[in-house]
Amino acid sequence: MTYSPVIGLEVHVELKTLSKMFCGCPADHFGKKPNTQTCPVCLGLPGALPVPNKKAIDWTLLIGLALDCQVNHHSKFDRKHYFYPDLPKGYQISQYDEPLCVNGHLTLSTSEESKATSEVTHSGSSDGENRVRINRVHLEEDTGKLIHAEVDGEKVSLVDFNRSGVPLVEIVTEADIHGSAAAKEFVKKIHQLIRDLGVSDCDMEKGSMRLEANISLSKDGTLPPYKVEVKNLNSFRFLGRAIDYEIARQKELLTRGQTPPQETRGWSEAKNQTFAQRSKEVAQRSKEEAQDYRYFPEPDIPPLVFSKEQIDAIRAKLPELPQMKAARFAKAYGLKPSVVTILTKTQASAAFFEAAVKEGQKVSLPPTVIANAMVNQRQAFKNPEDLVRHLQTQTQEKVSDKITLRQFIDQVITAHTQAVSDFKAQKPQAIGFLIGQIQRLSHGKADGKLVHQLLLERLESSR
Amino acid sequence: MDVHHIARLANLKLPPKQTEKFQSQFDETLSAIAAINKLDTKNTPPTSQVTGQVNITREDKVDTSRVLSQSEAISQAPKSHNGYIVVPHVFE
Ligand SMILES: [Zn+2]
Repeated sequence: MTYSPVIGLEVHVELKTLSKMFCGCPADHFGKKPNTQTCPVCLGLPGALPVPNKKAIDWTLLIGLALDCQVNHHSKFDRKHYFYPDLPKGYQISQYDEPLCVNGHLTLSTSEESKATSEVTHSGSSDGENRVRINRVHLEEDTGKLIHAEVDGEKVSLVDFNRSGVPLVEIVTEADIHGSAAAKEFVKKIHQLIRDLGVSDCDMEKGSMRLEANISLSKDGTLPPYKVEVKNLNSFRFLGRAIDYEIARQKELLTRGQTPPQETRGWSEAKNQTFAQRSKEVAQRSKEEAQDYRYFPEPDIPPLVFSKEQIDAIRAKLPELPQMKAARFAKAYGLKPSVVTILTKTQASAAFFEAAVKEGQKVSLPPTVIANAMVNQRQAFKNPEDLVRHLQTQTQEKVSDKITLRQFIDQVITAHTQAVSDFKAQKPQAIGFLIGQIQRLSHGKADGKLVHQLLLERLESSR
Repeated sequence: MDVHHIARLANLKLPPKQTEKFQSQFDETLSAIAAINKLDTKNTPPTSQVTGQVNITREDKVDTSRVLSQSEAISQAPKSHNGYIVVPHVFE
């Protein structure tokens, strides 16, 4: 009998707008004196009128579009009711059946690292590739903050409403994740993506990014009859550990013929394990079915309607995202996927590479040589110019034997007929590509200027 | 209509006598609303609003003129401590 982990994630991200979601209070609440950034709207005082922050809506659409979601042309806010001291109105303004964005996806790498998830085998998702579907991306307001303390010898909770009403985006995946490594890769990618979009700091220590995992084990590929929710995971590492711990714990129960109870659990860093949250309030909250939140359309906020033009205008603001950049690097510079992954890991390294390529062009130093140098060398260079200069001196001991170089050129021309016809069609980047391939064959030792000259001669002669 | 269930969701404790009273009141209210079922809504599109307005938003600007001072913000709370509102202990 095999058990395969079935994992869905919920990621909450606080947007770094200047003002809150439905009022003009400052949104930056970290480290501020308690209850100094509130107003009648975010304190839920009677008669206050919430008005949505346009930038928060646009930024949520931007996140959704970056995750290949569809934007709902008709969207609205809803009231979600529950009682908790961090929620001043007795309801949270959230989104229920018409979230801003739906049906997106994020593709994970298919590296061995993320496949080797745990000792538990999994059958893999039916769509065959390592794609995590995004169920929805919606916008809501954050709650206040609770601190647990003792005042006058009595255990109490202290409430600070500075965070109440800060725009909060919720990203919900389908249960397409099958292990801790894939879960960590997913949240790291989301983290990088949202930081690249510049809409949140995603600082987990400050709570501007929060993770939750729904974990169960499927027996022989059947749908699990239960779901365990682990909340308040505030680092990638804890997410991974909590998943591994839950997989082992649930497997043991299942092996003994028991079904793990449906429950909400927390993560104890000290004990390195998850624990059932048994407090009355949490138990009450977890027992509530969706309909018991008594969701209904927020009557104070008219619906949102987006035209195709409005959505396209937001799509146009998307910067080049890691996946798009990776595809471009592979194509334009003829780089291997493993090299592309390393170069595009951060925006800084990708920018460094592209600046070096530009610099390298002046001295016929091909992109592949620069890429290999960046990937293989431990030595750090202050700026792209230094790297190029270094590589230039290094390739002084160049292969300048014309017979060897012509052999490389013939090999490359035979292997890359498309680039050759691109060259003939006056596409200048083709020559760079071909030189890159020649340098790859020569392990970067070919004399760049000579290769350039010989290659041109060869291409011109076959015109 | 389960009055106990509604009371629990609304965080209200109902003594038995009131439960009976509310039961009949709820039934009465619901039967009044049930009159809507008699209307012909075949050609009426469903909506969640009646104003006809859409896309009412505000620019992302801080408006300090409406921000309350700490003492104003906590003035309605039965108990406070160092600027925080004090409530009975809850677990997280
Ligand atoms: Zn406010």
